Parts: sequence; structure tokens; C-alpha cells
Amino acid sequence: MKNRAWWFLIPSLAVMSLSAFIPLMTVINYAQYTVFPGSAPYFVGMENFVKVFQDPVFLGSLRRQVLFSLEILLIEIPLGLGIALALPKKGKWVGWSLVLLGVPLLIPWNVVGIIWRVFTRSDLGAVPEIFEWLGYASYNASANPGDAWWTVVTMDVWHWTPLVVLLCYAGIQAIPEEFYRAAKIDGASAWSRFRYVTLPKLKHALILAVLLRFMDSFKIYAEPFQLTGGGPGNATTFLSIYTSRKAIGGFNMGMGAAISIVYFFLVILLSWLLYTIMLNVGGGSSK
Amino acid sequence: MKKRNFAVWIYFAFLLMPLYWMLNTSFKTNDEILSYLHWYPHNFTVQNYVQIFSSPFWRRGFLNSIAFVSLNVLIVIVAAVPAAYAFSRWHFRGDKHLFFWLLTNRMAPTAAFIVPFFALYSNIGLFDTHIAVALAHALFNLPLAIWILEGFMSGIPRQIDETAFVDGYSFPRFFTKIFFPLISQGIAVAAFFAFLFSWVELLLARTLTSTAAKPITVTLSRSLGAGGWDWGVLAAAGVLTMIPGALVVYFIRNLMAKGFAMGRV
Repeated sequence: MKNRAWWFLIPSLAVMSLSAFIPLMTVINYAQYTVFPGSAPYFVGMENFVKVFQDPVFLGSLRRQVLFSLEILLIEIPLGLGIALALPKKGKWVGWSLVLLGVPLLIPWNVVGIIWRVFTRSDLGAVPEIFEWLGYASYNASANPGDAWWTVVTMDVWHWTPLVVLLCYAGIQAIPEEFYRAAKIDGASAWSRFRYVTLPKLKHALILAVLLRFMDSFKIYAEPFQLTGGGPGNATTFLSIYTSRKAIGGFNMGMGAAISIVYFFLVILLSWLLYTIMLNVGGGSSK
Repeated sequence: MKKRNFAVWIYFAFLLMPLYWMLNTSFKTNDEILSYLHWYPHNFTVQNYVQIFSSPFWRRGFLNSIAFVSLNVLIVIVAAVPAAYAFSRWHFRGDKHLFFWLLTNRMAPTAAFIVPFFALYSNIGLFDTHIAVALAHALFNLPLAIWILEGFMSGIPRQIDETAFVDGYSFPRFFTKIFFPLISQGIAVAAFFAFLFSWVELLLARTLTSTAAKPITVTLSRSLGAGGWDWGVLAAAGVLTMIPGALVVYFIRNLMAKGFAMGRV
């Protein structure tokens, strides 16, 4: 009876062994060797890992990555929650709003990069024109590091805030109307209705939104790759761009593998930390 | 009330503007794109689209994408349904650890997996096939599908299973006749997410294909890198890649709010 569960898990475990387990073991194995194409690998133990943490480009990408994830969380979560609260709860526009919100989520990620490139390039985009009209004529996302950074951040806000809106909106729809009626009878202000009725009920949706956005922003690759190529210089080189540069274009696969492992465990560690902190904020009562 | 609507309108304008610019660019000639900044095409042309539809190079990209995305959805659903059932109905040794391990793969940065994927799939002869990309995308889609389905299934009372068995239903018959219809919405949501993340992914699809199975996203990326950029064709191809996604969202728009509410932590 108890073993029956394992029979049901066989298909999933078979797929995951090909798509996760064996690859992970391979990376761990590679990471301890120096592997140059065309010559036999030789064992170097932990040396690759030490080198990773001494590489200024890695440390730079890590710093940018953390900063980027924090910035987009600080913008996307309040904005998404606000839009979800402001959307009408019923009516004929609801369906269309949801469709429109879904569109950015279903565009291939590199096409998102291309859209924003077409939109912001100085020779064919609308954005430089708008900035010039506003009095900021020197906007150039492919030459000016500051402009490139904020263009990538804006692109991510454009791309992923709809996910936060959809998650929060679904959470708001699930709150029974009686809660608000009761709060109104008790004379609660709009703010305290939000603070003591909506927010606690939305806790799970918000945790999910923060975690998904954190994990996925930490993996971001195709969009900045297509928009800026990681440049100018290394101004928008995030961890994925750095890792794949080392893994595909780089000459030492062992080094690429070591970076991969550090990166992998960093995401898991940070996600777990974030999850624990969020569960404990506000007493962790609703779980 | 008024202020609130205003904010929503501004937000939707922000959402639509880059999309409009892409559409606008796709109907212009290259001459117009590069020499003037027009807010709408003055020399309206569908030449960019004609060029895509008449080129086997672009067509094959679309077909390849559709092939591996469908395969991925199939693999993910077939594997995830029984697994989610096991997690939602039975306690067994190590179930919590296994569930957590599965979820860590949803967090895994894909860039960290390109080296071993390439090595593994080249060695077993799967490189540049649709099945390779479909399997690789299961890395993040299967855990997510199990997670979503487990949530749906846990919402269905256990008594339904027990009553069915008491009534003499065999397990396969119970599953197909009673349980499957109950979770069909959950399956739709899980399939939607599998479709979504497989359709939009670039890095693994690019690493695991070269010519025979090259998807449209990669075709787009590569043609951008080549010299003599044809922005009009690129914009048109970008617009075309948005259509399948928009269709999917349109058909499941009523399911969407419900599906997202089911996503649990």
C-alpha cells in the first residue's frame, strides 16, 4: 500500500533524472576539473570555486543581480498590488483587462528584448524621441550605462508586473464580500479595511508573487541579452549572462560548471531565506 | 473612484505602447523605419509579413517551436498527474523532501544547466531534436505542474475516492470516469503554464538545437545578430510570435483568475 505512491512517481522521476538529476551530477563532476576542449581533463578539486569568488566580473554581476532583483521587487509588488486593487471586480472590461495583462507574459523572452530594443534604439525608437521632447536629449541605452540599467529595469517592470497583478487580483476575488461589509459596519476606514482585511488575506498570493519574481528575476537572461547584450561594458551583465558567456563562449568548461553550482545554490539559499522571512513577518499566523 | 481609473488607464497605456511601436514598425518599409520617426506607417506595407510566410527558414522555425512545446506539455501532464495524485493522497517516507527537491528545480537558474545538458544530450544522441528541448524544459515545467495539480487535487475531498472504491470502481475506472473530470480545470491551468514557459524560453532551446530543430525564438535571435539587420522583418516576426500566446490567453481568460488563486505556497 505504501509503495504504491512510488509507482505513481516513476514517470516524473524518470523525466527529472534526465532533465535535472543527471545534469546536476555532471556539473558537480565537471566543476572539479579543468576541461579544455580537445585535451584530457585534469583534476583540480576546489580550485575552480576559489577562482570564481576571486573573479571581479563574477562579483560585479552578483552585486548587479542582487540590486536588480531588489529594485524590481520594490517596484513590481506595490505597483501590481495597486493595479489589482484598482481594477473593477466585475463587468465586461474584466475579461479584456485580463487578456491584455496576459499578453506580455506570453511573448517569448527574447522577443520582449527585441520589442524594447526597437522601442528604445536611438535610430528607430519612440523613447529617445519622447525623452528629447521632455528635455533629456542625450538618452542612449546602448552607450550610457545609467540609461541601459533603467531601460532594463523598466522593461522588466513592463514584462512581469502583470503576473503580480493577476496573482493579487485572483486573491482579491477570493475574499468574501461579507468581510468588507462587517468591517464597514464596525466603522473601519478604507485604510484599515485594506490593512486588516485585504492584506492578511492576500498574504499567500503576495508570498507567491515575491518568490516567483525573485527566483525568475535572478535567472533573467534573454531580455537583457537581446536589449543590451550585457553592455555597455558590463553595466547590465547579470549572473545568467556571465554564466552562459563562461559556459559556451569560455574555454574552460570546469570553470563554467563551478560558476553554475555557486549560482544554483545561491538562488535556492536566497529563495529559502526570503520565504522564511516572509512567513515570519506579521506573526506568520495565516499558515 | 475617478483617480483610481486614471491610474489604471495610465498603466494600460504603458503596457500597450511598446506593443504598438512593434506593430507600427512591422508595417513600415526599412527605409521609413531608419530615416523617419513616424507614429504610424506612412507607406503602409505588408511586405515584411509576406517575406516571412514565403520563406521556409521562418516557417520551419514556427513549426519546430510548436512541435517541442506540444511535446513538452504532453510529457509534463502525463508525468505530473500521477505524481500529484501520490503527493495529495498518500504520505510516504521522504515525501516532503522529495516535493521540496522538485521545487528547487523550478528555482534552478537555466544558465547553470546548459553545460551538462549539452554534454548529456550530445552523448545520448538527442542533440538537435524536439524531444531534447521538450525534456530540458521539463526541468522547470514538471515541478510547477505537480505543484499546481497537487493544489487542485488536495481541494477535492478524499471521501470521493473512498466512496468510489466502496462502490466497486477499479482504480483506472475511478481515475478516468470520476477523478479526471474533477481536475480537468487544474490540468488546463497546468498545461497553460507548461505552454507558457516552454514557448518563451530561449537559452536551453538555443543550446540544444542547431539546424533541424531550431525554434522561432532562436531564429529571431540569430537574425538579429547577423549584419544588415532587417528591422521590419524582425518586428513582423516578433508580432507573429505573440499570436499563439494571445490566443491561449483569450481562450482561458475565464480560468485565469481561478487558476492563479489555486497557486499555493
